[in-house]
Amino acid sequence: MVSAAPFGALFGALAVDNGFSVFDAVLMSATLYAGASQMVGIELFGQKVQPWLIVLSIFAVNFRHILYSASIARHIRHFSGLQKFLTFFLLVDPQYAETEKRAERGERVTFVWYLGFAMIIYIPWQVTTLLGAIFGQMIGDPRAIGLDVLLPIYFMGLVLGFRKRDNWLPVVAASSLASIAAMHFVGSPWHVSIGAIAGILLAACLPLPKRHEEPVTLEHEV
Amino acid sequence: MDSTEHLQLIYIILAAAVATFVTRIGGYVMITQMKRIPPRMEAALNSVPAAVLSTLVAPAFVQGGWDVAASMLVGFAVGLRFSSLWMLLAGWLAVMALRHWML
Repeated sequence: MVSAAPFGALFGALAVDNGFSVFDAVLMSATLYAGASQMVGIELFGQKVQPWLIVLSIFAVNFRHILYSASIARHIRHFSGLQKFLTFFLLVDPQYAETEKRAERGERVTFVWYLGFAMIIYIPWQVTTLLGAIFGQMIGDPRAIGLDVLLPIYFMGLVLGFRKRDNWLPVVAASSLASIAAMHFVGSPWHVSIGAIAGILLAACLPLPKRHEEPVTLEHEV
Repeated sequence: MDSTEHLQLIYIILAAAVATFVTRIGGYVMITQMKRIPPRMEAALNSVPAAVLSTLVAPAFVQGGWDVAASMLVGFAVGLRFSSLWMLLAGWLAVMALRHWML
């Protein structure tokens, strides 16, 4: 959770750099609360991608949460409706990992424990976003202080984080090549959807693995 | 940004927030409704994040200029062993050094 703080600040600074106001950046952190997809959102917004494609891409990056909520369902059956609502809203990667660990140890997952743990991540995420956005406003040219390389490297880190998954290399290769080709022949922003579809179709067609995998969590992610 | 564009951004953020919440509650809803996901669909769903994110990396590498490409390679090398925070730091140091001494 402490390791998420630099990413909150980075998000805030880069959001402002991509045309967000400080308010927009904090609104996004407060309502989405999903770091990687927030970075994707500001990148695509900065590239002037159509709104529906921005929302769809954010949905796609967050899709892994479906596996988390399916998996923790058995531990939170005793929560009330409102408690479940909050539980799922706050279900970020480290929260999922800690909830599973706690259940594995045989301890009861109580709502108070869950909410307490969530606040240790949620509140710093908002504060660091705000500080980063204020800092971002003070920067003139982001290139001058090297901020422009951080988003592609950040996304590359996320891609590397999935490298234990089945068919990772063919999917990454197909999506990379297709996106470069689409950028060249069709133009931005279509390279995002065309490249993504190429990798996903390939994954659907490749031979299926035998075992069933646990969802892979990202190391630091909010 | 004019006020229409700004309003559009607010709508994008709120729509994305709803979409994100759907992913967070979706698995719970599915597991109480459905028996299981077809394996090929599961394989396709599993590949979605890496596929989407690759399209944000590869074009930047090709089009960003040699200094960006070089610092991405440095970040990649570091990322094979260390966390993404170290990747970012290494890539950032590389691009600052390149721009300071080479350009």
